[in-house]
Amino acid sequence: MKVSGSSWDVERIRKDFPILHEEVHGKPLVYLDNAATSQKPHVVIEALVDYYAKRNSNVHRGLHLLSERATEAYEEARARIQRFLNAAHSREIIFVRGTTEGINLVAQTYGRRAVGAGDEVVITALEHHSNIVPWQMLCEEKHGTLRVVPINDAGKVDVEAYEAMLGERTRLVAIAHVSNALGTILPVQRMIEAAHQRDIPVLVDGAQAVPHLRVDVQALGCDFYTFSGHKTYGPTGIGVLYGKTALLEQMPPFHGGGDMIKSVSFEKTVYNDLPYKFEAGTPHVAGAVGLGAALGYLEDLRLDRIAAYEHELLVYATDRLSALPGVRLIGTARDRAAVLSFVVEGVHAHDVGTILDLEGIAVRAGHHCAMPVMTRFDIAATTRASLALYNTYEEIDRLIDGLGKVREVFG
Amino acid sequence: MSDLRELYQQVILDHNRKPRNFRTLTSATGRAEGYNPLCGDRVTVEVALEDGVIRDIGFQGSGCAISKASASMMTESLKGKTRKEAEALFRIFHSLLTEERPPLAEKDLGKLVVFSGVREFPVRVKCATLAWHTLKAALDGRQETASTE
Repeated sequence: MKVSGSSWDVERIRKDFPILHEEVHGKPLVYLDNAATSQKPHVVIEALVDYYAKRNSNVHRGLHLLSERATEAYEEARARIQRFLNAAHSREIIFVRGTTEGINLVAQTYGRRAVGAGDEVVITALEHHSNIVPWQMLCEEKHGTLRVVPINDAGKVDVEAYEAMLGERTRLVAIAHVSNALGTILPVQRMIEAAHQRDIPVLVDGAQAVPHLRVDVQALGCDFYTFSGHKTYGPTGIGVLYGKTALLEQMPPFHGGGDMIKSVSFEKTVYNDLPYKFEAGTPHVAGAVGLGAALGYLEDLRLDRIAAYEHELLVYATDRLSALPGVRLIGTARDRAAVLSFVVEGVHAHDVGTILDLEGIAVRAGHHCAMPVMTRFDIAATTRASLALYNTYEEIDRLIDGLGKVREVFG
Repeated sequence: MSDLRELYQQVILDHNRKPRNFRTLTSATGRAEGYNPLCGDRVTVEVALEDGVIRDIGFQGSGCAISKASASMMTESLKGKTRKEAEALFRIFHSLLTEERPPLAEKDLGKLVVFSGVREFPVRVKCATLAWHTLKAALDGRQETASTE
């Protein structure tokens, strides 16, 4: 077992996450399914409890004190997210259910206005289904074309092919910041600049990036950025869509209902200002508060230190996995974050997953909602171990031992 | 380890490594494809029925050890059985995988009882039943893809 050379006090951090002390099949839990969802620290769980115990009420409505408290808590969370992403204005932070809803919102509002017959939307070959299907639906409806930037054998996006694909008919680019299936970090800055040279707006799916990398939306220059709370140590059911004011203002609303209006009559409804125009109905206030707490937790730990530690862990895990006979890593791009996707020769990923589960190790086995990636590498499924700031070298060793058990069973 | 050995019994591992009747039929009277959207497993089952009796049966496809061994052992246990007997066997097999108590007709299952360990792994039940659902579609002459969902 290797001991971390950095000053990262992982044992102290693990105390912040109650679930990490659970047992699974009589063994201490090794949670390596963080790309699916991350675990929650005490501060997040307590923020939810505190909100429901002391402040719960509806927002932007009541005249009473509790409603004021709830509104304040909700708007404080928005301001915290604005600072976290370094967005220019808090009105550019829209609460959604998660990344999937963020992308659908843009597809159904901006997309439906911008894309017409013969127009093109550009994505890459390593997108999650949630950054494929909304654009397919849009292109089908509008008779547009979905164009897909290829990836190479290492799982790296072909940037030259991407640049050549941008053209007169490109209306939008939608790309992942970090691939959920392979961990590849995309050169989003360069890709955004190339699109902007042609005045094409860019949406970045940041679901797998925000927990691992420092994200500054103004430095990136992206037009939309979206991520999920639950992969970022926050609650499920809450996420964020960032959009530039100028674009958000020209977009029609997504859902109609309460809170997104200024006035309603049967003849005419006047929509509310940003960000409320996009937040119809009672929002997930507790979720927003919990997400604010999660981002506060990450700020305290500092994302540069988180990234450095996770990188160390990734290098160690990559070395150990690569040394195992019959194990092949899928996705070997130099720039990767927190994901190890692999196949075990002669053993289906689901059998690997079951055997590891019995050893107390939680991984994901399957197509990771990225079936085109599996097709690209001509495999049905992979086993995916995805890391978080609380994982340890010892846990990587347990994964390796678990894979030894797989060999034992399957010969 | 005991749960693990219960699930991955030697017979299952053997059928996974060397699946029986892993072939296409020249005389098929029914054919269906099965798909498990959860894991992407695909299986094609072909049957040759003669006077309501399964004269030949084969399968093709890819999947986990449980689904492959289940398909392989299904083909072995169904040759010479009538359509009705095959359907009855599926019902018994299904209750072996999903019910707390062993089915009353457990002895009819023969070697198929090695799948009893799957009961402890509810997410894997669909792996073990994919080939059987597909068989049912092949016997019914349905055209659509059989799904575990």
